[in-house]
Amino acid sequence: MKALVWHGKEDIRCDTVSDPEIEHDRDAIIKVTSCAICGSDLHLFHNYIPAMMPGDIMGHETMGEVVEVGSGVNGKLKKGDRIVVPFTIICGECEQCRRGNYSVCETTNRNKHLAEKVFGHTTAGLFGYTHLTGGYPGGQAEYLRVPFADATHIKVPDGMTDEQALFLSDIFPTGWQAAAQCDIEPDDTVAVWGCGPVGQMAIRSAILLGASRVIAIDRIPERLAMAEAGGAITINFDKESVVGRLNELTDNKGPEKCIDCVGFESHISMAQPDSVLDRAKQMFMLENDRPHALREIIYVCRPGGIVSIPGVYSGFSDMVPMGALMNKGLTIRTGQTHVNRWTDDLTQRIADGQIDPSFVITHTVPLAQGPEMYRAFRDKQDSCVKVVLKP
Amino acid sequence: MFHFSNLVRSKGDPKIISTGPSSLTAADRLARGLGWFSIALGTLELLAPHRVTNALGMQGREGLVRAYGVRELLAGVMTLSVEKKAGLWSRVVGDGLDMATLLGEVRPSNPRAGTVMAALVMVGGITVLDYLAAKDVAAQHDPKRGRKRLYSDRSGFPKGIAAVRGAALPRPASSTATT
Repeated sequence: MKALVWHGKEDIRCDTVSDPEIEHDRDAIIKVTSCAICGSDLHLFHNYIPAMMPGDIMGHETMGEVVEVGSGVNGKLKKGDRIVVPFTIICGECEQCRRGNYSVCETTNRNKHLAEKVFGHTTAGLFGYTHLTGGYPGGQAEYLRVPFADATHIKVPDGMTDEQALFLSDIFPTGWQAAAQCDIEPDDTVAVWGCGPVGQMAIRSAILLGASRVIAIDRIPERLAMAEAGGAITINFDKESVVGRLNELTDNKGPEKCIDCVGFESHISMAQPDSVLDRAKQMFMLENDRPHALREIIYVCRPGGIVSIPGVYSGFSDMVPMGALMNKGLTIRTGQTHVNRWTDDLTQRIADGQIDPSFVITHTVPLAQGPEMYRAFRDKQDSCVKVVLKP
Repeated sequence: MFHFSNLVRSKGDPKIISTGPSSLTAADRLARGLGWFSIALGTLELLAPHRVTNALGMQGREGLVRAYGVRELLAGVMTLSVEKKAGLWSRVVGDGLDMATLLGEVRPSNPRAGTVMAALVMVGGITVLDYLAAKDVAAQHDPKRGRKRLYSDRSGFPKGIAAVRGAALPRPASSTATT
């Protein structure tokens, strides 16, 4: 089969690989009908996340049709079912899964010993996302083996298109969780840093969750325009001061709820000297992350407010203003997304026509064009916001 | 390399049969080569500056060569990073410095003036490569490439924003009670 394979930094190839095989009785194999490139795939593209190996198949936003099931799937899936595959692999049985903390499932990471060394405890296995999280082959391929398939799936209702359902795998529940963990109240101002795909979903989730005002921060005109279309007031940080404008919009009190959809690859700009210093340190392995957005969020968030972090951080961040964080009494909520905690509700909202996540798709191309689309997405060429690949 | 990494894969995991075209462009590959060249040259200049000064008749200027070695290493690391454009332009500037220094050594009293001339030609060639790579990389990764579109019509709310704002707020018990 064809698959997008990681060969090293900035080196993704559309290779011919052997087909996946059922290994355990809870496995299933799907024929992939749609998959997408995620912003966090770019962290792997840049080789910032440790423990990628040449030959790893990329991709954790995938859906398709079941073509084979193991004997232990117990009738929960059958051949021909259309499913979305959540990026977190879950057993559905461990203590964390029973609590709904699916992204920290205690069972599914097949390299637990590595995760325990790095994180202190294991987290869930993830598709196409380094050997720290199991080294499972990803879904930017013609076929995907889904481990623990009896729990790791979202059934697609009849009549729902691939484009509407695909983002239940990651970015829609990720944006939703980011907004939900802000405990939004009707008079809240929610500020969202980063208007990539997760930021776009967080903006719309905040609207659905009742925020009186959403403010979106980015520098790319087409992303800001898309944010504005979703109901946000926009700030272009290339043109105006984020802190100044946010204070102006909130009577100098700052937004109550702040969402960091940027993560550890903040934009580098001479106007933000800390971002240049972070990049220099990152280059010489003196720091993993560039947390400019997080610093700004902590500085500008209203005292007593909530900071929600769906953006990915990889390791160690310097100069995070802990003094401001502590003295302002901010609450931080973060984590990989507990996808299945939210997907029943979100699937229903799509079916009810409250939201159609396909708005974010700007490019649909064959899988073979994946390598060039990684470049275009990274370089933000051709007004690229979200790429869907069709194997 | 992937034959080695297949050791960490399980039996049912897909393994590479043949490789396809890469996301790396020719300019990226040239930049990578120049980055490694920078690292090699920088290491030589830093650790064995006397070899350079002896070859070029520049005895006594080992400190300067070491400093240039540090500069080469910094430029090399930057050229091998995602910020390769900045790395390549820093190499072009460095090439200018190298040429200025070498030109100062082309004098009748230098018994190695011939070697210096050869070095000048070499640095000139490398400068051309650095310049072309920097320009190619900048062009390949220019965000202005492709069509420019705004997405002002993409609200994502088929029923409109006003209809769904707060749709996920918990409803008061009175509105959900059945009669």
